[in-house]
Amino acid sequence: MNIVWLIPLFPLIGFLVAGLLYRYIPEKITGWFVSGMVLLSFIISSIVLVKLINGGSPENIVLTNWINSGKLVLPFEFYVDQLTSLMLMIITGVGFLIHIYSIGYMHGDEGFNRFFSYMNLFIFFMTILVLGGNYLIMFIGWEGVGLCSYLLIGFWNRNNEYNNAARKAFIMNRIGDLGFLLAMFMIFSKFDSLTYNVVFSKALLIPGGSLFITTVTLSLFIGATGKSAQIPLLTWLPDAMAGPTPVSALIHAATMVTAGVYMVARSNILYTLAPFTMTVVIITGLATALVAGAIALFQNDIKKVLAYSTISQLGLMFMGLGVGAFSAAMFHLTTHAFFKALLFLAAGSIIHALGKEQDIRNMGGLKYKTPWTFLVFLTGALAISGIPPLTGFFSKDEILAEVFVHSPLLWGFGVLVSVMTAMYIFRVFWLAFSGEFRGNKVIKDAIFESPRNMLFPMIVLAFLAAFAAIPIELKYTGSNSLSLFLEPVFKESNKLFHKGETLPAMPNIILMAVTFLIICMVIYFSYSSFVRKKHIPAPDTVSRKGMIKLAFNKFYIDEIYNLMIVRPIERLSDFFIRFSEPRIFDVIIEFIGRVVLTAGSKIRLLQTGNVGFYLFAMVVSIIIVLLFNILR
Amino acid sequence: MITLLLILFPLVASALVMFSGRDSNVRRNALIASLAEFFLSLASLFGFQNTGIPEHSFSFPWITNLGISFHFAMDGLSLLLVLLTTFLIPVIILASSGCKSKRLNIFFGLILIMEASFIGVFTAQDGFIFYIFWELALIPAYFITALWGGADRIKITFKFFIYTLTGSLLMLAALIYLYFQTPNPHSSEFTELFKVGISGNAQILVFLAFFIAFAIKIPIIPFHTWQPDTYTTAPAAGSMILAGIMLKMGIYGLIRLLLPICYPLMSEIAVPLIGIVIAGLIYASIIAFRQEDLKRFTAYVSIAHVGLISAGVLSLNEIALNGAVFQMIAHGINIVGLFIVIEIIESKFGIRYMNNLGGISRVLPSLSIFLMILVLGSVALPLTNGFIGEFMILLGLFQVKPLLALFAGTTIIFGVVYMLRMFQKVMYGSLPENLKSRNVKMFKEETAALIPLVILVILMGCYPKPFLDLAGPSIKTIQDLVLTIPK
Repeated sequence: MNIVWLIPLFPLIGFLVAGLLYRYIPEKITGWFVSGMVLLSFIISSIVLVKLINGGSPENIVLTNWINSGKLVLPFEFYVDQLTSLMLMIITGVGFLIHIYSIGYMHGDEGFNRFFSYMNLFIFFMTILVLGGNYLIMFIGWEGVGLCSYLLIGFWNRNNEYNNAARKAFIMNRIGDLGFLLAMFMIFSKFDSLTYNVVFSKALLIPGGSLFITTVTLSLFIGATGKSAQIPLLTWLPDAMAGPTPVSALIHAATMVTAGVYMVARSNILYTLAPFTMTVVIITGLATALVAGAIALFQNDIKKVLAYSTISQLGLMFMGLGVGAFSAAMFHLTTHAFFKALLFLAAGSIIHALGKEQDIRNMGGLKYKTPWTFLVFLTGALAISGIPPLTGFFSKDEILAEVFVHSPLLWGFGVLVSVMTAMYIFRVFWLAFSGEFRGNKVIKDAIFESPRNMLFPMIVLAFLAAFAAIPIELKYTGSNSLSLFLEPVFKESNKLFHKGETLPAMPNIILMAVTFLIICMVIYFSYSSFVRKKHIPAPDTVSRKGMIKLAFNKFYIDEIYNLMIVRPIERLSDFFIRFSEPRIFDVIIEFIGRVVLTAGSKIRLLQTGNVGFYLFAMVVSIIIVLLFNILR
Repeated sequence: MITLLLILFPLVASALVMFSGRDSNVRRNALIASLAEFFLSLASLFGFQNTGIPEHSFSFPWITNLGISFHFAMDGLSLLLVLLTTFLIPVIILASSGCKSKRLNIFFGLILIMEASFIGVFTAQDGFIFYIFWELALIPAYFITALWGGADRIKITFKFFIYTLTGSLLMLAALIYLYFQTPNPHSSEFTELFKVGISGNAQILVFLAFFIAFAIKIPIIPFHTWQPDTYTTAPAAGSMILAGIMLKMGIYGLIRLLLPICYPLMSEIAVPLIGIVIAGLIYASIIAFRQEDLKRFTAYVSIAHVGLISAGVLSLNEIALNGAVFQMIAHGINIVGLFIVIEIIESKFGIRYMNNLGGISRVLPSLSIFLMILVLGSVALPLTNGFIGEFMILLGLFQVKPLLALFAGTTIIFGVVYMLRMFQKVMYGSLPENLKSRNVKMFKEETAALIPLVILVILMGCYPKPFLDLAGPSIKTIQDLVLTIPK
């Protein structure tokens, strides 16, 4: 396992080569070289995975002492266990596919090499995030991926709206990061270490529900809400769609935004010890899932729908975490990485084909023009809606089943989220692919299916989104093979939760059937509305009413933040500049200056030259020293 | 001996540069001299034991009957700051390539005098010698601003002068008082001054005198209003020296003099005092949100950053103190880098107002990469130099009082708000029409000045060990010293 450090090293090399030599290497070479680096990381991640499956034990690898000053000892260390390994597979696997896709998607862009260097930098930081053996190393990756997200959202930086979106993402993430930092301070001050193994074993000695553990986990969770776009820090993610679509697929769907889920799962012991925080996690997750799902129902930008969908699905994962269904949440994280990346890439393929058109009202009839995209999008849509035997069905069901054990009411809300999911995704699906093309004639004639290097990753992801769950679920004997694999990671927490009281098979099947039937009905209604009745969403100028108006306008969250936070701070800044600086501080100083001047005016040298006086003052002061001695 | 050489060499070089006439080689000569000085300071690392006790000691009796002697020596803290000085001076000279002012021989000569005085301040082991070099550093700074400065320079220099004079006189008064408290025969050696152990009202007055003197230099709000004006009006090299090195004298003074002398009082008032400093840093950050002039902007950014460093020092916590020293170096590098970028932009486009700039990343892509790295260092992104220092300071503050870390921690949010706004306005978007006609490209000297800075931003962030190790034992010694003071 001592080869794990190669996993971040390859993309780092890719970043440096593409970044430093960006002027000299042709686009073709960069694209394949940089993708190759990610492939190498993927291969090593696979080796690590195989070792762990064959009974390898988790390892803590200390590379060097990073920050070392007195009592403060913070090593640069990696920790590789089943959870890390799963995340590595997703990051490097999906990452590699999206790199390949980007070669086609970004073809001909003037910043091609810059794009690929940022992408590899992202993979570097993301692997550091999951490999880290203590919270500080995780934080390096945590902030690093935020930087890459910033750089890639504002990739087309001529457009200031994109730049604003990028900045907003960085700032909102930083608000969360302060929570993360404070949590680290608390942990270090209590345990004198940030290393996972040390922290968790010491935490187990503390009585559960203590104020300390609750504050730590809440602070960490603030970090998670920033990175994973949960309430209240959710508004950056829809804006982040300004970035090129492969970025949305990789960073803002499959990997970075799931870092919050990973972090909570990694800290499962701490969270299990803090029941209050767990409740907060459930409520936040559920509220976010519902709000984002509702907004997604009324958006007309295909990427915005997918962005809100991502927020909503992440909310669902947090709900799972909150009820202690850690491995179910990780399962959903995995399947979501497949089908959401797939949906984004398919959306990118449409946008590519339509010459940057993103409004679903201007699409339609694409199933004939872009048959492959149609097929893979359908796969993704079925998977996210939870139609068996596609992946989304199993992972969502697993979360819902555990939620049901916790509280049937919550389960009801969870089903509502699933219903919304099917509604918004099929709304997009029918509007984009069925009926007649509603856009402009010039674009219509130019529509083409994406090139092979874009189709290949989509087809691979479609297979994963469709069938990945089947081998996992094959030996359905209470728990699936993924949760068996992850069992060692969550062992202590499961013990604390007195798990074992899983839902018996029969009620579970009934729940599944109920959800399945409801979703089938939703899809049917969606079909009849958008295909049979040819319903097209109204133009933006049409005024909307009630809840629809609220949801269409994203519940005015941005506007509220602007009014409550941004404006007041700007006012305050102006006030300081115009009033307190010149009128208060300068006046005080002028007063002191006058006192000094009056004292100095006796010397009368001031009028002739300041420098002279200054030198004089210095000489005088030295003479005073001498005089003092004589006088004594 | 090497310590004395480090002080004398720039003085001699300065005289040679000043009298070498006004030929075009002045800058090159000054550069060579400052580089030689840098290697000389590196040489002092050889045989350096770093035990926490001053080494490379040199002592020469000056006014024997007063017990004042030219006593210089370096512990790790001193050496680190000497290295910062000798590293930054050549970079600053190199970056003044666009400088076409008159009387360059005097200009660079003054810079070298300043270098000598800084090293004097950082290595002095005697209170009055410390004071003399402290004053000596101000004279060239004053001339540089008054003679080579921009608009309103006389008025602003006067303000600067009043401030620093007030501070200096207060410090002198405190030193004289302390001097007379030492046992007969009096001595102004640091070690003697530290043994005095003042208390009661005297301690409060001495504390105030020193604190205000250092607070003006750093500057800590509300003693700051000289600084944005001075940074804005001073020539680029002047602002770089003021921000990069000279303000470190104030923080160094806090650590070297104030902590050992006034520890009992400081430990009592630490929390409210840090509270005020943190309020000041938030205040400066909020002002930085809306600044348009790049130099004035950088001045407020600097106030915010050194506010955090001062908070770290005042916390008297070992982790925070080590972090503060590390951050002093990081701040020196980052702020000089920022000023160099501003100077390059101003010299090529003739403007330094953010609103009138934009799209520079298209014409000068390498400059945008340099600025991005400096911005990342300033916002304390992990693996850059700013992170190590800020992390340690905030952690130390947390251990003193968690609420302090919460408020000081807002700096990581504010930092991205104002830095990214600046970056976006300057580098992104599209180039304004009136600037398009200019054919701009980076000069070799400019690139050469920025490269070592950005390398250090990343190197110090990835491998902070040598820097932490160098200062560590000295800080331990100071901590041990102050802990023996009876309360």
